[in-house]
Amino acid sequence: MSDNTIIRFENVTKSYDAETTVLKNINLELERGKFYTLLGPSGCGKTTILRLIAGFMQPTSGSIYFNGKLINNVPANERQVNTVFQDYALFPHLNVFENVAFGLRIKKLGKKVIEQKVIEALKFVNLVGYEKREIAEMSGGQRQRVAIARAIVNDPEIILLDEPLSALDLKLRSEMQYELRELQQRLGKTFIFVTHDQEEALAMSDEIFVLNEGEIEQSGTPMDIYDEPINRYVADFIGESNIVSGTMVADFRVKIGDKEFECVDQGLNPNEKVDIVIRPEDLEITAVDKGKMKVKVDTQLFRGVHYELSTYDDEGNEWLVHSTKKADVGASIGLDFDPEAIHVMRLNETEEEFDKRLESYGEDAYAN
Amino acid sequence: MQTKTTKAFYLIPYYVWIVLFVVAPIALIAYYSFFDLSGNFTLDNYQNFFTSVYLKLTLSSFWYAFLITFFTLLIAYPTAYLLTKTRHKQLWLLLIIIPSWINLLLKTYAFIGIFGLYGPVNAFLNVFGLEETQILFTDFSFVFVSVYIFIPFMILPIFNSLDKLNPSLMDASRDLGASSWTTFSKVILPLTINGVKAGIQAVFIPSLSLFMITRLIAGNKVITLGTAIEQQFLVTQNWGMGSTIAVFLIIFMVIIMIITGQRDKGAYANGKNK
Repeated sequence: MSDNTIIRFENVTKSYDAETTVLKNINLELERGKFYTLLGPSGCGKTTILRLIAGFMQPTSGSIYFNGKLINNVPANERQVNTVFQDYALFPHLNVFENVAFGLRIKKLGKKVIEQKVIEALKFVNLVGYEKREIAEMSGGQRQRVAIARAIVNDPEIILLDEPLSALDLKLRSEMQYELRELQQRLGKTFIFVTHDQEEALAMSDEIFVLNEGEIEQSGTPMDIYDEPINRYVADFIGESNIVSGTMVADFRVKIGDKEFECVDQGLNPNEKVDIVIRPEDLEITAVDKGKMKVKVDTQLFRGVHYELSTYDDEGNEWLVHSTKKADVGASIGLDFDPEAIHVMRLNETEEEFDKRLESYGEDAYAN
Repeated sequence: MQTKTTKAFYLIPYYVWIVLFVVAPIALIAYYSFFDLSGNFTLDNYQNFFTSVYLKLTLSSFWYAFLITFFTLLIAYPTAYLLTKTRHKQLWLLLIIIPSWINLLLKTYAFIGIFGLYGPVNAFLNVFGLEETQILFTDFSFVFVSVYIFIPFMILPIFNSLDKLNPSLMDASRDLGASSWTTFSKVILPLTINGVKAGIQAVFIPSLSLFMITRLIAGNKVITLGTAIEQQFLVTQNWGMGSTIAVFLIIFMVIIMIITGQRDKGAYANGKNK
């Protein structure tokens, strides 16, 4: 544990009754001043982790440390943590100013100080001039900002964000992604962001935790997780991908169907069954005879930046291709890709083993 | 045009009802209040109302209505709050409401039995070696029975407003550092105040004119505006004075309705309530 650790979970389990366990033995460590994202489908336990940190619930077993101190039994109102709620949870009977001032009034600060801090917080979220507005008069994006101002005005050590962008329309959502990221960097606070949207997670985070059914599947930087997913679940959840079964023939050789391809993975058992991921943008359309793989185009969608082609190889595996080039539906085309584009995933590999394996590649590359 | 005439057609039952059962009785009451016992036009009734006898009566009416409302609220709010936290809240609510379907007179008679000298309450006191005491015909029994009768009418609107409250607002309040008490006083209460006001209306206004309970339970020791009206009409046959008291009762009710009326959010416009 480094001095920079602000939150530490030690074997945290949370169950509501004997049958439903929402978190299974979670261990994690969060550092000060970073942007973390808990990513997963609904019901994976990401919001539960947030509520445990906020203090709205206690773990069934295990320990939660805040700045090295055990906080299992510290009530929510005594934690230096503030939350931006999914539905914003702004007080409808108070105006913008009073909503933001709520926490400060509880601390019984002076009138002048409160006013100054509230204005400062509103400046941070570009809402100066809206102090006297009622909440009902604000748009979704504005309410979002009020909720953020209400959290940051208390100068908490950690800000928790529970899917705060899910209610906004697409354009506003991407705008707020930039703003949140920038805000986090300006404030230098720890942000813990919960979302089921992988794009959001990739765009904003320093580190992502991918959760599945109460367990952390993988954690790492957005690049790590996108480029080196640990298993089928993560690969499938993070972005669109082609996932097929294959066999590791030898080091650097993998077999899909009855064809062998060159890859960059090594150290696996010969003839080990593996899952193979190739991202759609790593597949390139070429002439049939030039490609490493021959496929037939089934459908083609125009997605704006690229065409999305659904193609099938002779064995019936579907290959999704993102390409700026057009192809004819029904035509046979060749697909080309680099050896690096193939990600080999061992079945049932733990995160520890996975990290070790990846590290060993790095050493080899260095030795060469 | 067609729709306008049909609309007017559908409104006829409403207007008939209003005229026959609301406007006409009130007009009649106002009319009768200007006549004395022998049927001469007079303003004496109004003058009489402002004598100490009737003012005292009014004051005592308000005092009892206040007590009843106060204790009803004191019991109803926490009960409604707990109800919203239970698993089968609709069932519990129903159980509380069911007694209000039983005739008021029956329930009142039941209390005569319960509170009587040889009733279960005194029997219970006997076990502890206490003498039988007169519980009926006291202020206590009057307020107790009234509170019992009115509780469902207070719980219902408060329950509804509490039930509509977004639970994440409570989380937000705790999250911002508020204790349970501050959360209640700064978030829960202000957001459910309309339910409380509706409950007060439903209890305070009828309490002003209670007369059956005062008769049966308080043994006419408590005299409210309601009892006074009843006696003027049925005992002294002074319809003029009875009507005058009724006119004032109506005025009081209107005033209370205005005071406890639903204010929109403008009341909190600058967030500085008070």
